[in-house]
Amino acid sequence: MFRKRLPPEEERRVKANDREYNEKFEYASNYIMTSKYNIITFLPVNLFEQFQEVANTYFLFLLILQLIPQISSLSCYTTIVPLALVLSITAVKDAMDDYFRHKSDNHVNNRQSQVLIRGLLQSEKWMNVRVGDIIKLENNQFVAADLLLLSSSEPHGLCYIETAELDGETNMKVRQSVSVTSELGDNLSSFDGEVVCEPPNNKLDRFCGTLYWREKKYPLTNQNMLLRGCVLRNTEACYGLVIFAGPDTKLMQNSGCTKFKRTSIDRLMNTLVLWIFGFLVCMGTILAVGNAVWEREVGSLFQSYLPWEPPVNNFLFNAFLSFWSYIIILNTVVPISLYVSVEVIRLGHSYFINWDQQMFCSQCNTAAEARTTTLNEELGQVEYIFSDKTGTLTQNIMSFNKCSISGQTYGEITDPLGPQPKSLDFTPFNPLADLDFCFYDDALLESVKVGDKHTHEFFRLLSLCHTVMSEEKSEGELVYKAQSPDEGALVTAARNFGFVFRSRTPGTISTTEMGRPVTYTLLAILDFNNIRKRMSVIVRNPEGRIRLYCKGADTVLLERLHPCNQELMNITSDHLNEYAADGLRTLALAYRDLSEDQWESWSESHRSADKATDFREDLLSAVYEQIEQDMMLLGATAIEDKLQEGVPETIAVLSLANIKIWVLTGDKQETAVNIGYSCKMLTDTTEVFIISGHTVQSVRQELRTAREKMIQLSQTTDGGKEPGMEGWGEPYLSGNGLNEGQEGRGEKQMEGSLPPSSSCVMDNISGEFALVINGHSLAHALEGDMETEFVLTACACKAVICCRVTPLQKAQVVELIKKHKKAVTLAVGDGANDVSMIKSAHIGVGISGQEGIQAVLASDFSFSQFRFLQRLLLVHGRWSYLRMCRFLCYFFYKNFAFTMVHFWFGFFCGFSAQTVYDQHFITLFNIVYTSLPVLAMGIFDQDVPDRRSLEYPKLYEPGQLNLLFNKKEFFICITQGIYTSVVLFFVPYAVLSDATQSNGVPLADYQTFAITTATALVIVVSVQIALDTGFWTVINHVCVWGSLCSYFSIMFVLQSQGLFRSFPSQLNFVGCARSTLLQPIVWFTIALATAICVVPVLAFRFLKLDLKPQLSDTVRYTQLVRQKKRKPAGRNVGGPWRGAGSVSESRLGARGGSRRSGYAFAHQEGFGELITSGKNMRLSSLALTSFASRHSSSWIDTLRRKKHTHGHTPASASGECSPAPSCVSGSVPPLSNSCSVLGGSQDMPLEEEAGTAPAQNTLSAPAPSKETTSASEQEPDSAEAHTE
Amino acid sequence: MMASSYNAKEEDGPHSGTPGLGGAAVTKSKKPDNTAFKQQRLVAWQPILTAGTVLPAFFVIGIFFIPIGIALFVTSNNIKEFEIDYTGVDADSPCYSCAKDFSWNSTTSCTCSVDFKLEQPFESNVFMYYGLSNFYQNHRRYVKSRDDSQLYGDLSALTNPSKECEPYRTSNGLPIAPCGAIANSLFNDTLELYYVDSNGTRKEIPLVKKGIAWWTDKHVKFRNPGGNDNLTVSFEGNSKPVNWRKAVYELDPTDSENNGFINEDFIVWMRTAALPTFRKLYRIIQKKSSNTATLPSGNYVLEITYNYPVLSFDGRKRMILSTISWMGGKNPFLGIAYLTVGSICFFLGVVLLIIHHKYDTRNTSADIPS
Repeated sequence: MFRKRLPPEEERRVKANDREYNEKFEYASNYIMTSKYNIITFLPVNLFEQFQEVANTYFLFLLILQLIPQISSLSCYTTIVPLALVLSITAVKDAMDDYFRHKSDNHVNNRQSQVLIRGLLQSEKWMNVRVGDIIKLENNQFVAADLLLLSSSEPHGLCYIETAELDGETNMKVRQSVSVTSELGDNLSSFDGEVVCEPPNNKLDRFCGTLYWREKKYPLTNQNMLLRGCVLRNTEACYGLVIFAGPDTKLMQNSGCTKFKRTSIDRLMNTLVLWIFGFLVCMGTILAVGNAVWEREVGSLFQSYLPWEPPVNNFLFNAFLSFWSYIIILNTVVPISLYVSVEVIRLGHSYFINWDQQMFCSQCNTAAEARTTTLNEELGQVEYIFSDKTGTLTQNIMSFNKCSISGQTYGEITDPLGPQPKSLDFTPFNPLADLDFCFYDDALLESVKVGDKHTHEFFRLLSLCHTVMSEEKSEGELVYKAQSPDEGALVTAARNFGFVFRSRTPGTISTTEMGRPVTYTLLAILDFNNIRKRMSVIVRNPEGRIRLYCKGADTVLLERLHPCNQELMNITSDHLNEYAADGLRTLALAYRDLSEDQWESWSESHRSADKATDFREDLLSAVYEQIEQDMMLLGATAIEDKLQEGVPETIAVLSLANIKIWVLTGDKQETAVNIGYSCKMLTDTTEVFIISGHTVQSVRQELRTAREKMIQLSQTTDGGKEPGMEGWGEPYLSGNGLNEGQEGRGEKQMEGSLPPSSSCVMDNISGEFALVINGHSLAHALEGDMETEFVLTACACKAVICCRVTPLQKAQVVELIKKHKKAVTLAVGDGANDVSMIKSAHIGVGISGQEGIQAVLASDFSFSQFRFLQRLLLVHGRWSYLRMCRFLCYFFYKNFAFTMVHFWFGFFCGFSAQTVYDQHFITLFNIVYTSLPVLAMGIFDQDVPDRRSLEYPKLYEPGQLNLLFNKKEFFICITQGIYTSVVLFFVPYAVLSDATQSNGVPLADYQTFAITTATALVIVVSVQIALDTGFWTVINHVCVWGSLCSYFSIMFVLQSQGLFRSFPSQLNFVGCARSTLLQPIVWFTIALATAICVVPVLAFRFLKLDLKPQLSDTVRYTQLVRQKKRKPAGRNVGGPWRGAGSVSESRLGARGGSRRSGYAFAHQEGFGELITSGKNMRLSSLALTSFASRHSSSWIDTLRRKKHTHGHTPASASGECSPAPSCVSGSVPPLSNSCSVLGGSQDMPLEEEAGTAPAQNTLSAPAPSKETTSASEQEPDSAEAHTE
Repeated sequence: MMASSYNAKEEDGPHSGTPGLGGAAVTKSKKPDNTAFKQQRLVAWQPILTAGTVLPAFFVIGIFFIPIGIALFVTSNNIKEFEIDYTGVDADSPCYSCAKDFSWNSTTSCTCSVDFKLEQPFESNVFMYYGLSNFYQNHRRYVKSRDDSQLYGDLSALTNPSKECEPYRTSNGLPIAPCGAIANSLFNDTLELYYVDSNGTRKEIPLVKKGIAWWTDKHVKFRNPGGNDNLTVSFEGNSKPVNWRKAVYELDPTDSENNGFINEDFIVWMRTAALPTFRKLYRIIQKKSSNTATLPSGNYVLEITYNYPVLSFDGRKRMILSTISWMGGKNPFLGIAYLTVGSICFFLGVVLLIIHHKYDTRNTSADIPS
């Protein structure tokens, strides 16, 4: 706490192994605290927080008023009891919440870590770790704080980390220590270097500092840092120096502050309470003026019978007191029980969510959990869903699904509706097979067994061309360590089909081919990068032949094939299209035989390029380009990034419910887009716009261009084929986007078909658009004036995908939409990188998956499958919203009907603030007589059953449009309430003023009048709730009838002689109920009042239902008709979403001409170099011992050489920091005509690194023209065949 | 991280040997109970406002209300009621001088008599009321200005009345019994009724003063402290209300059952009215025999002992004679209201029926526009 008063740090100085030195800076310790209270502060802080609520303060104020005797028109217990109840319930709930936060904090703070203290490793709790300590981490341990990596058990001070908790990227990352410290190994007790670095910040990918040690300076980058939240993998141990601890760590800096979430209904309710307060003041003023007039004209003369009370000496003062008295009486328009009831209803809904069997995942034995119980009805109003990708939409499991080998496709399951075929059993054929691998097409296995040459070559490629590491703990028990799951899947596939990758050294790859051990000499790895989109290896087989194996994105690979492959290429392209249409990640495979001369000459140029110091990257890729030519196509693979169960269906249903889904992922653009396709967010008819500019100007231009195009496209689709159609495509092919934009707009205005305001245009836009934006562009798009531009563009799109975004950006995007669209947002994610997004969205949903529990802990709702979202929103959310709205409508109605009677009575009692009812009735009315029926309705009501609301997602729309409870509805409710109060007062007034009992005693006494009115009120509101309740369960019956009974029985008990004898002055209504309710005329009065109140409502509702039925009414009615006709529930009726359902069904639909190459670009460059350098070879591994004998010389040579060069170019070891723009000019492949046709509109990935705006325009421009032409030809596949 | 083609469905397979499944089988399943309540599948009646239910409801309301309205209207019309204002506002009215001169401070009582004529005989029991207008018995300060404990005979409340009674709590240092503004302003006019027969002789009509208060008030709510005997002793330490001429134990010295707090006139007054214009039962004129009318038509004289000033606040005093039916006194409003509401319902039913037939858009088939 006190730390906040410290001036902000300007730089951080940390000295290793020197606690005294570091302590003088008062850096934060590693203790984290997310809880809000402790035992002492709980009561005051919590009460303070609670009284920040308008309502609570208001009731406190009322309570104080009631303590003044001259004003008190009601005894104060009418307020004290409910207020105390509300405060204590809330306090208990807050205390529970905070208790759990304390528990989780404690858990984290008490984790053990090994700290080097005075040369000895000591076990220490996380919270006791200080800045400047040296920590030892072991494999699979969480990093305790932000550490500077000093040394590692692996060679070269390398270590591997998984950052999923931090940024959601699931591939392993390499970190390397500064060479001087890595040489120290574990002798770090004497290390006394000093680090000077930037102050704590939230930038995950940046670190800037300097290490001063032994009079020398060493620069530090992010490459040397291990951040809290990461997990150490594949590294036995490493040592790190704590730089940032606890709240200063990047993880904590990135998690936004805990915000108290409120629903929009809550906010509306608070506004309405303020309005009602205003209304109350108005009523009070009117009555006070009335009182002033009355006291002057009548009251002053009436003083002989009723003198003014002592402090009062004139009518004005009397009126002033009367004002406050009326405020007290009329305060029941907002009874405190409103807040209690709302909480109770929400709690009930939360329990229903927890209890829902259909949101229970039997595989992980987790039920859905409503962790926040106050947001339920907001679930029925969601308009935007922000979803994480990995672990949320996907399972993060890649499976080798299909392949095409020399024109033959394998893996197609012929009958998608038939029974699941048996997975192939590889064990008899191949003892080294991975048991978890599943493949269903035995034709492929047959082909391998038969010894088909192409098939063998295909799998040989897969077993050779990769950067996977293997670990063979015991013979045959292979474990692959792939840095992207895709590669792992491919190598595993090859392994199962008999081409087992066993181990590698920097110069060799050993495999077992069809049971026969083979060792290839690895000549070169032509590494992957984002521009090349392919990787190759050049190997020499035991026979001495040199071959280049290449795998890569089809778009880049197919154009580097030998011309003789034309025919095969066409077939394979068709296959690739099919795979892509199924949302699979495709990869094309090819090889090239190299002669010894070719190899020699190439390797010469490679060496020279490798040695270059300037533009090394560019030179290298140019060299690679030379050799990767004239290749022979082998086939293609298709990997399924396994979606979670039911994701496409859920997304389809949600988008039918008019919910916009944005995917925010830390993953690469290609991966994200691919997932977009496979979960049907993007389809082949979708027009995808990609924003990937690196400067503000280019982003702005790209956004504008996209928008212009959308307008044009929607214009053409709306207005059919317009005559200007041939014209508009042209300007896009040349010139820059801004000019075209203006031109385009000019055209429009000439046509006069669209309003001039562009925001207006964007709102009305229709069409299938999608926006893909990169993290770096997003950073610009979120800046000041760009915001609106971005929102305008993005919101016109059906789907938005943001890739490479940081956790904070995720939150910023959510905030942006919250700010600009005033829509309810929901964020769903499973990793720690989603926490900030989950916290800033209106509703945060955590997927309790494999990636830890941070997201769940921060979330409001949690469950284990993405598909449960559809039930959570469409069923529970919808119901909650409906129930809450009905509850509120009724509640306000009821209280106005109840309270406004006093207002009318004021005109007849000299504005003296006399209540119409008995005090006990006033106290009990909201708590007892009318609370249960409305609670039962608020908890149990259903308009349509859950099945129907999933069947008709449109039923969700009223919630988004806020139709069921808004200011208009509120006014209708209170108008109805006031009408009822008028009836309830004036009917008894008219009847009773002259009436007498049948024994001649007049009925117009105050107590009879009170009882008649109160009974009429209870009956009228009961009838009203009966009309409002749409779903009469046993509980509703019990509540409604029980409340009526309780009214009568409590009344009779309170007015019984026995009780009166004990409390004569409190219960002065004795015997009144009996003598009143035995009079037929009283019952006639009540019946009359009820009829007058209910008949108009009934007529109005009937008319509304009959003439303008809502969808829910229709569904309900249809159900009734069906039940009556005793028809079996028509499952094939309606179900509009079914068409967009499962993958298998959609396969029957038209296939677009798009192709998405998914060379797993979760891939990272730089691994090839690591492999050839041998840096990441484990000295201890089995592989080394078995191969060292044969290849020791070359291995050690390479090692020595690399070690030497490494010192000069440390940055090249990592792909992350490679300066992108420098390689643009040279390496962007020319976009040939054939490519654009093949690549289709989804070829955008190409520009990811290209960056500059003109390039963007020229690249994206051909897409629409192609789109339209192919659309006219109906069959894109054949169109392609034509061109080629 | 391991890349493998892992199939989650495998886990459910019977032959699966994964240890995870074995563990899950041992650990308790967190699967929620499959009860109708928890799964929100309770059997429920789901009423819909269809034409088949709403329209008949309107007709039924109409059919019930119209006959009831007619019955109430006829009954009300058969009731005879006579009302006379005796405040004495106009100079020519008999009580003008009394009304003008009288104040609470007067020591002598003023009497006046009002002549009136009943056009029709009153057959059954006749109830005699006094009515006050512009008298705010329902004013908050007035309503609360009483001590129910004291009226219940509580001795401590007798010596120490509730604060609510201020400023009529004590007088000359003695606690007032009964305290408070209501008791203080007790209506104390005396009304006597004489029949003037054709030859001009006055015949006093016997007025029954018992049975005019609620049973519970008389027997439960109001009690004399220390029983009904020796009221003088019981109220010894108390002062009479400021406006009263006599003490509470002198209200009806003839009948100990009608004296003190349980005096019925007092009880009737203490039952405050809901509205500023009200009537209270004063006396009952019992029917003597089945042959003669209780009050035959003819001339009557109302003798008033004018003690109660109302002119100062523009109040009015009335005397009302009325007969009673099963539904109480004359009440034309209720019958008319029932007739109106019944007809409106019927009319609404017809209109809605027409609208329903003409504009009904709903298809009875199971089609839903989506």
